Amino acid sequence: MATTEEIRTGLAEIVNEVAGIPADDVQLDKSFTNDLDVDSLSMVEVVVAAEETFGVKIPDDEVKNLQTVGDAVAFIERSQ
Amino acid sequence: MTPIRDSTGAPHARLLGVGGYRPSRVISNDDICQLIDSTDEWIQTRSGIVNRRWADDHETVQMMGVAAARAALEHSNIAPEEVGCVIVATVSHLLQTPAVAPLIAEELGTNKAAAFDISAACAGFCHGVALGADMVRAGSAKYVIAIGVERLSDLTDRTDRSTAFIFADGAGAGIVGPSDVPGIGPVVWGSDGAQFDLIRQKETWGDAFAAEDLTWPHLRMEGNPVFRWASFEMAKIGAQALEAAGVTVDELDAFIPHQANMRITDAMARALKIPAHVVIARDIAQQGNTSAASVPLAMERMIADGEISSGDTALLIAFGAGLTYAAQVVTVP
Repeated sequence: MATTEEIRTGLAEIVNEVAGIPADDVQLDKSFTNDLDVDSLSMVEVVVAAEETFGVKIPDDEVKNLQTVGDAVAFIERSQ
Repeated sequence: MTPIRDSTGAPHARLLGVGGYRPSRVISNDDICQLIDSTDEWIQTRSGIVNRRWADDHETVQMMGVAAARAALEHSNIAPEEVGCVIVATVSHLLQTPAVAPLIAEELGTNKAAAFDISAACAGFCHGVALGADMVRAGSAKYVIAIGVERLSDLTDRTDRSTAFIFADGAGAGIVGPSDVPGIGPVVWGSDGAQFDLIRQKETWGDAFAAEDLTWPHLRMEGNPVFRWASFEMAKIGAQALEAAGVTVDELDAFIPHQANMRITDAMARALKIPAHVVIARDIAQQGNTSAASVPLAMERMIADGEISSGDTALLIAFGAGLTYAAQVVTVP
């Protein structure tokens, strides 16, 4: 079971790889769309990579609820 | 039991030539934004599309299909009389019966070649190549023309900001014929009818006519689920086609996916770990998404631009409404 910080770090690496955002910018309070400029297609790529990395399933219907990095980290934590 | 003689075909099949037809009207993103609330920058970022071609009134499905097939016949140096079958992949021939293929076969000057349409949406051309290769190997036809042709501008809701900038018109064709060595690898294909709703005509013709407000039943698409399916599930199908052909990604010269969206092409290439030396088709930038026509159009442009040459090895993969998909490794004609 990964800790909150481990999930945030892993997610930051994914966001960096998919969208070129510096990993240090990917903090829990940041909005994917408004702060990190991750558009909806990049978000799909982030979600698929996160599913593989953390061994969880993130349904399409759930993706729209993941507004902030914290939302995504919390969802992954609950799903583990 | 009376014995029945069977046909015998060629040991192998290959693509002998490709051709394309690009309609005359160049439509820019700014043109598209006259009817939707969007910008050139947004469209380019989300799709990679800079311009697309839309057909004029005289550029019918038949006319464009004939033009692409003639170019492919010329490229392959095959006479129309030698063609045994004409397969037309299209979803936008608006006369539902009869198929457009017999008209195209007639206008090309084939000798009463077998001719029929197939409906596999954006995956149509790769289905046509697979059928053609099987016919050549089975002896049902010596030469087969596989045509992908669309006038999606007729089926596009020009006020829908999620699809108006994507769909476009055009035709591409490939000639499949006999070969001493394998030139078309095993097809990996399939369908997923459970996801029927993701890309579809929004209603039946009957429902459209029965409605109080008669409106054209345009195409609609659920962008994000389609992006996910196309980028990641289809990369797996591409990998299976490589494995079936006994070819590694390092041995490829070209990757020619259906020109659905540049972002899908990029994501698939990353998922497939396509090496830097492999040329990737990016015809969508100037052509838009031409559905069944996109793979042969992209291949034709890559040959014309000198990006690929005869004898190169290419992975083709096409996917779309249905959902349907087909992929195969081919030798470039």
